[in-house]
Formats: sequence, C-alpha cells, structure tokens
Amino acid sequence: MTRQEILDELKKVLNPYTTDKEALAGITEDTDLIKDLKINSANLVDIIIDAESKYDIEIDYDSADRMTNVGSCIDVISEKMGQA
Amino acid sequence: MSRRVVITGMGVVSPNGIGLPAFLNALQNGTSGIKFMPLYEELKFSCHVAGMPDFVWDELRDYISEVSFYGLKARGVAYGIRAALDAWDDAGHQRETDEPHWDTGCIFGNSIADTEAMKNVIAKVDHKEAKKLGSRVVEQAMNSGVTSYITGRLGLANKSITNSAACATGTQSILMGYEYIKHGYATRMLVGSTEHVDTYVFGAFDSMRVLSRKYNDQPEKASRPMSATAAGFVPGSGAAAFVLEDLEYALARGARIYAEILGGATNSGGQRGGGSMTAPNPTGVTRCIVDAVKAAGIDPLQVDTVSGHLTATLADKLELQNWMTGLNRTKENFPLTNSLKSMIGHSLSAAGSIESVASVLQIVHGFVHPNINLEDPNPEIIELVGEKSLPTSMVKKEINIAAKANFGFGDVNACLIFAKFKN
Repeated sequence: MTRQEILDELKKVLNPYTTDKEALAGITEDTDLIKDLKINSANLVDIIIDAESKYDIEIDYDSADRMTNVGSCIDVISEKMGQA
Repeated sequence: MSRRVVITGMGVVSPNGIGLPAFLNALQNGTSGIKFMPLYEELKFSCHVAGMPDFVWDELRDYISEVSFYGLKARGVAYGIRAALDAWDDAGHQRETDEPHWDTGCIFGNSIADTEAMKNVIAKVDHKEAKKLGSRVVEQAMNSGVTSYITGRLGLANKSITNSAACATGTQSILMGYEYIKHGYATRMLVGSTEHVDTYVFGAFDSMRVLSRKYNDQPEKASRPMSATAAGFVPGSGAAAFVLEDLEYALARGARIYAEILGGATNSGGQRGGGSMTAPNPTGVTRCIVDAVKAAGIDPLQVDTVSGHLTATLADKLELQNWMTGLNRTKENFPLTNSLKSMIGHSLSAAGSIESVASVLQIVHGFVHPNINLEDPNPEIIELVGEKSLPTSMVKKEINIAAKANFGFGDVNACLIFAKFKN
C-alpha cells in the first residue's frame, strides 16, 4: 500500500471519532489528531484498536505513543504491515 | 430561606409511550406496553413477557454527538439521555452552552450499570483480549454513566449524583433534587431515573419466583396489580426525567409550570418489624407517608389521588392498608388509587420517575388513569378500600393533590406530594 492509500483508508478509521468532517476531508500528513481533528484523547486508543483490526496488525505501546498526527500514523501502520 | 419548587419540564420513555403526548394518550386509554419476549422463552425463564419501550436507537443521533453515539451500547444510558434531554427541551432550555451551568445539578438513578457492557468486559478479559476493550467501556459500565452523559451533554455543573435505592430510586431522586433547590443550593435540577432490565437482571428476578408466569400467551394481561389473579410482577424498562426549578426563577423567565412539589419523605423500615431485604416494615411505610404529608404542609384528607407502588404481589393489600393508615382514611373515603404497573409492568429504578410523570399529567389534565386487568379485583382488597376507589376506566376529575410512593428492596421507602400550582 502507498502512503496515499493508507491515508485514504485512515480517513475511514478516524471518521467516527471526529465531528469536524471538513477538517477530516482535508487531512494531510501534518494533520494533528487532537489539535486539528478535535479528537478526544481517550479515543486515540479506540483508533489504535480499529486500525489493528482493519490492517490485521498489532501496535505496541511505544508505537502507539508516536501516533499523534496523520503522518506518524501512516509510519506506524506501514511499518507494522511490513513486519507482517 | 425555604424556597418553593416547581416542575417545568418532563420527558418519558415508557413501554406504552415515548414522549409526553404518546404517554398521556396511553394513560388515558389504558394502553398496555407489555410484550411477548421470544428470547425469554428460549432461555427457559418462567416469565416470557416484559414492558419494553419501542425505542428507535437511531433517533439518539438527535440527542448526542456522532462521536458519542458511535460506541454507545448501554440501553439504560440511552433511555436516560432521551428522557433527560426531552425534559430539558420541554422546559424551554437550550441544549448548547459554552459556560457550565453552575446553578444547575443532576440527580439521576439506576439499579445497575449495563450488564451487557460488563459481559463484553468479562468475555474479552477471560479470552486475554483486555487490550481490545477500548475507551468506551468504563463509562458505560460505571453506575454514574447515565448521569455523566446527561451532565456532559448539557453542561450541568452543580451537584451531580447517581442515586440507587432499588425500586424507590426514581421517587427518591426527585425528592433529593427538590430538597436541594428548596434549601437554596441550586436553581434548577434535572432529576429522574432509568432502567434497562436485560436478560441477566431479568433472569435473577425470575429465579426468585416473583414474576408473573401465567399469562405468557396474553402479554397485555400479565400485569394484574390488586386482582384476585395477581401472581407476580412483570419487569419493565424505560426512563423519565423532570426539570425542577426554584419558583422565583421559573416565574422570572415566564416558564410553563406543570405542578409544584409540596414535599416528600424517604426512610427505611430498618428491616425490622416485618421488614426484610425484600419486604417493607409497615410502620416504616406509614411513617414515610405521614412524614411526606407533614413536610408538604397539607391535611392528609386533601390528597385527591394516590399512585401506588402496587406491583401485583401479595404486598398489594398490605400497601393499601398502609396508605389507609398513613392518610387517615376509611373504606368510605379512600382516595382514587391506581397502579401504572398494570400497563407497563415494574420498571424497578425507573418506576418512580415514570409513575411520577403520570401523577403530574393527571394533575395537569384533570383525570385519574385506569387500573387495567382489574376485572377480577381481590375480594380482600375490595373489602378494605371499596370498589369505587380503584377505577378501571379513566375518571375525569380535578386533581389538586396527588401522592406518589415507591418501596424498594432494602426496605427503602420514598413518598412525594405533587400539587396543582397556585401562586
């Protein structure tokens, strides 16, 4: 999967956790999940769980801590998919 | 300074009607909300019927944000949110606020947090998958879940309490909100209670052999308080909520006032003198009624109608005897008395608040709703209170004062006195 393909898929994962659909539609690798998408920090764990089941990967605690913006989410997801 | 407390908004999710117009219509026509539950037959319960609201889950989208909606599974929480926000809207208050409402609190009750949510926790933990539970489980498994969703949605920032007193919960929550305003700690209180009797809670009651089991093929006939054929209660689910306001505040904003709460009382029989975990001490019950009347500052003979607890067990007759003693009545002047449970079953923690909405609607619209399934009244009950005091069809009548009580496991009692508002 290319980074763009992962980003497009990631939009679907993030969708239930943000009410700001306009910001979601225009996400780039620099988009911050909490600051830009106004996602509740408690929901980050749900996004990780959803991503794990969507890509059939396992995201450890240290990698999860890095997932603060769209770019770092793509980094972690492609890394883990590569390992699988 | 002691303040007067009035009701300015109500919301209801009842097995026989969701929202005030549907509920009022059901009350006046004696419409049953008891349904056959195929799953209960499959699970080999003795009782196969229940009072279930026709709740459309997707309509919750109009009440909470999409993010909050996604991942919400607890039905009791959902009923409570809907009833509370309907009451808030009904009072004419705005849902959206940036500034917390420091003057407005919430007291909401329930018996148990969502057991379906807990079942999910237990299954995942036992399968060594705790990591997959996610962030939305705790808020739905905690007893204060329903209160937290309501206060968060509306920005209520005064006292936030989750109340639990078994079947007296709803009545007691309303009383607590009333007292808080009366003593000047808050201007408005959003109060009420919710209950979702899921299969696990239902099964536990079924095992106690206290549920109706002889009318599984005629669900609408299964809840029969005070009848000769009464043989156990029918569990129900639902919620109701009230917006209570300090009278001066309500008048200043030109609010529509449904009724006034004159007072109330809550106590316990101490599980002595005939009282136990599951049975009320009659002295405790009569004291509770007497104390409520006294707190309301009325003569007991002024009570026009009684909404009883009256679940359709052997306790019905004893309860009527307690009302007779507490209100200083005889067979000749016993007040018109009804049991909403004949239509909707017993919704445990939600019973007190749903039945209180019925009491207030009777005051507002001048009627006493029928007792259904009372075509064969218990002769001992008729001997005690007379046939005329137990209406089987709607009675149109001006109601100035209504008494409402509920009694719960743990020998807990709560009684409220509602009155037509007169300034």
